[in-house]
Amino acid sequence: MDDQGKAYWSATLGLLGKILAIWFVCSFGAGILFADALNGIKLGGYPLGFFFAHQGSIYIFIALIFYYAKAMGNLDRKFDVHED
Amino acid sequence: MDLQTMTYLVVGASFALYIGIAIWARAGSTSEFYAAGGSVHPITNGMATAADWMSAASFISMAGLIANMGYGGGLFLMGWTGGYVLLAMLLAPYLRKFGKFTVPQFIGDRFYSQTASTVAVICLLTASITYIIGQMTGVGVAFSRFLGVSSDTGIYIGMGIVFAYAVFGGMKGITYTQVAQYIVLILAYTVPAMFISLQLTGNPIPQLGLGSNISGTDISLLQKLDQVVTDLGFGQYTTSVPGSTLNMFVYTMSLMIGTAGLPHVIMRFFTVAKVSDARSSAGWALVFIAILYTTAPAVGAMAKLNLHGTVNTAVGLQTAADGSMVVNADAVKANADVFATEASLVYEQRPEWMKRWEKTGLLKFEDKNGDGRIQYYNDKTKSADAKAKAEAAGWKGNELTVNADIIVLANPEIALLPNWVIALVAAGGLAAALSTAAGLLMAISAAVSHDLVKGVFMPNISEQAELRAGKISMAVAIVIAGYLGLNPPGFAAGTVALAFGIAASSLFPAIMMGIFSKKMNKEGAIAGMLAGLFVTLFYVFAHKGIFFIKGTDFVDMIGGANSFFGITPEAFGAIGALVNFVVAFVVDKMTKEPPEHIQHMVENVRIPRGAKAVDGAH
Repeated sequence: MDDQGKAYWSATLGLLGKILAIWFVCSFGAGILFADALNGIKLGGYPLGFFFAHQGSIYIFIALIFYYAKAMGNLDRKFDVHED
Repeated sequence: MDLQTMTYLVVGASFALYIGIAIWARAGSTSEFYAAGGSVHPITNGMATAADWMSAASFISMAGLIANMGYGGGLFLMGWTGGYVLLAMLLAPYLRKFGKFTVPQFIGDRFYSQTASTVAVICLLTASITYIIGQMTGVGVAFSRFLGVSSDTGIYIGMGIVFAYAVFGGMKGITYTQVAQYIVLILAYTVPAMFISLQLTGNPIPQLGLGSNISGTDISLLQKLDQVVTDLGFGQYTTSVPGSTLNMFVYTMSLMIGTAGLPHVIMRFFTVAKVSDARSSAGWALVFIAILYTTAPAVGAMAKLNLHGTVNTAVGLQTAADGSMVVNADAVKANADVFATEASLVYEQRPEWMKRWEKTGLLKFEDKNGDGRIQYYNDKTKSADAKAKAEAAGWKGNELTVNADIIVLANPEIALLPNWVIALVAAGGLAAALSTAAGLLMAISAAVSHDLVKGVFMPNISEQAELRAGKISMAVAIVIAGYLGLNPPGFAAGTVALAFGIAASSLFPAIMMGIFSKKMNKEGAIAGMLAGLFVTLFYVFAHKGIFFIKGTDFVDMIGGANSFFGITPEAFGAIGALVNFVVAFVVDKMTKEPPEHIQHMVENVRIPRGAKAVDGAH
């Protein structure tokens, strides 16, 4: 792989790492591990930990995928590896 | 028009639509048959993926499951959606760039080994066939409940419909029918949910209703539900976890990895035109899935409150003159004693919908204390308070048995919705079962005709002959799936968990390492897949019997049930995946690097430029 390709791949991995960290924190973190602590906070009628497990994580997942698709599109163009 | 006629009409119209689409979308080439010609719009593919993914179980059973489990049910909600993040970022775009028809073909080419491809075919067939048994029985159940025909007749009709569009249309026919099926099933799911949310909270959006106050009060719906169920001795709705927190964690992870590794879902991403489309299409799929998956917890919680309110007037709901459930705000605020004698519903005064569902056996009443009233509570409660109060009130045990499926099936009747809505729910349940069955059949027939017939036995087969082989293997797969649906093996109930376990422990790690580890060689990948598969099957079989044969379980040998840190066999896929990764890397270090051209291939798969239409060349 040339230098350009290497740089593209490490930028990709950096992006994946960031997104997966958010993915983990909102579902496994807020929805499971810290759910009890968060339940003390209320979001309308929702205890917050319960909200993350039953609603919030799913909305964040959607946002993450579209952000990923957009950010990757930018990386593709920046490193000139995009489709025509 | 009476309900039965209306149901026949709506279901008949939906079937006519599917067949019409099938005639319009016939497949004329292998590219159309396996990948719908490779030019499906990302939003269209997202919708088809959503229908493909959401099965009869998602449609009929999930809300009831969540109603029973409470907060812990979130593991299904997060597990079955979070996998799409993994799929979008780790697998789908790279497999699309690779540009071949099937998952085993990727594994075979990347690990330069017929053996690797064959192992992948075996994993794929086991996962897909175990999954499809559940779908075919789901088709039978949906027919018998909604249309009053026998479950067997239902399976024959279902086989006929799938045959019509899957055999002639292949992936192309399946894709466009799935779009229609998605629209039918999502309307059928959300319309009754909006009504029930409106009745209880005054907010027609179920996702907001679940977080709102009960109409006319400043008490939130979840707070009221928590109070009612704990009074009656059940676990608190918003916090109860089945098993340990660790088990919930591992279970969620297994479902996520399994979702990303299921071949019938991955295959859908071969149908889009570009790598960038594969990325956004996964997002669209999740949008369409989320509409149902964020409605389901609202349906579960609201129907649960409705059910308690129906049989116990102290909850604060009451049946209006026309038979619908309405909120009595003063009674909700009053917090009357649920154990008071008059609070329990008199059996003879039960609403019409309860009478109808009693006939199906999904709802059963047994007057244990002979007072003619229905007492619905947790008689095995750990709460000493609830136990003492129930005994003092002269309650002699729970008297109402409720099948979880009622939560969705009876919803429109509880809310007194017009007949066309009830008929739509029937069509929706059938659409969910048929669309998933078709997607699975596609994965099975592609593995057989493309990876086995063309890949192993007849490499020089012509395109026309391969297309014919694809259609024949599809037809055979339908007959086998129908047979298994008609004569479900005794183990049918536990098998969907097995499908996720296999996908998580064998296929997902192999594909991921194939993309993200350039130096991973065939020895490592094959050893990893076999090790992951073996430990998962070992743990499942220890609990459920070898190949689910009764009496062959050996759970004592491994130190008792859930002996591995309290993890249940359904949740074990993630542990299998971990074993797969570890074994693969250890074996990889001890054997020689993959050849130069394979490493180049991996570099090439990682960049989007140069993506071309999917083709079948081996």
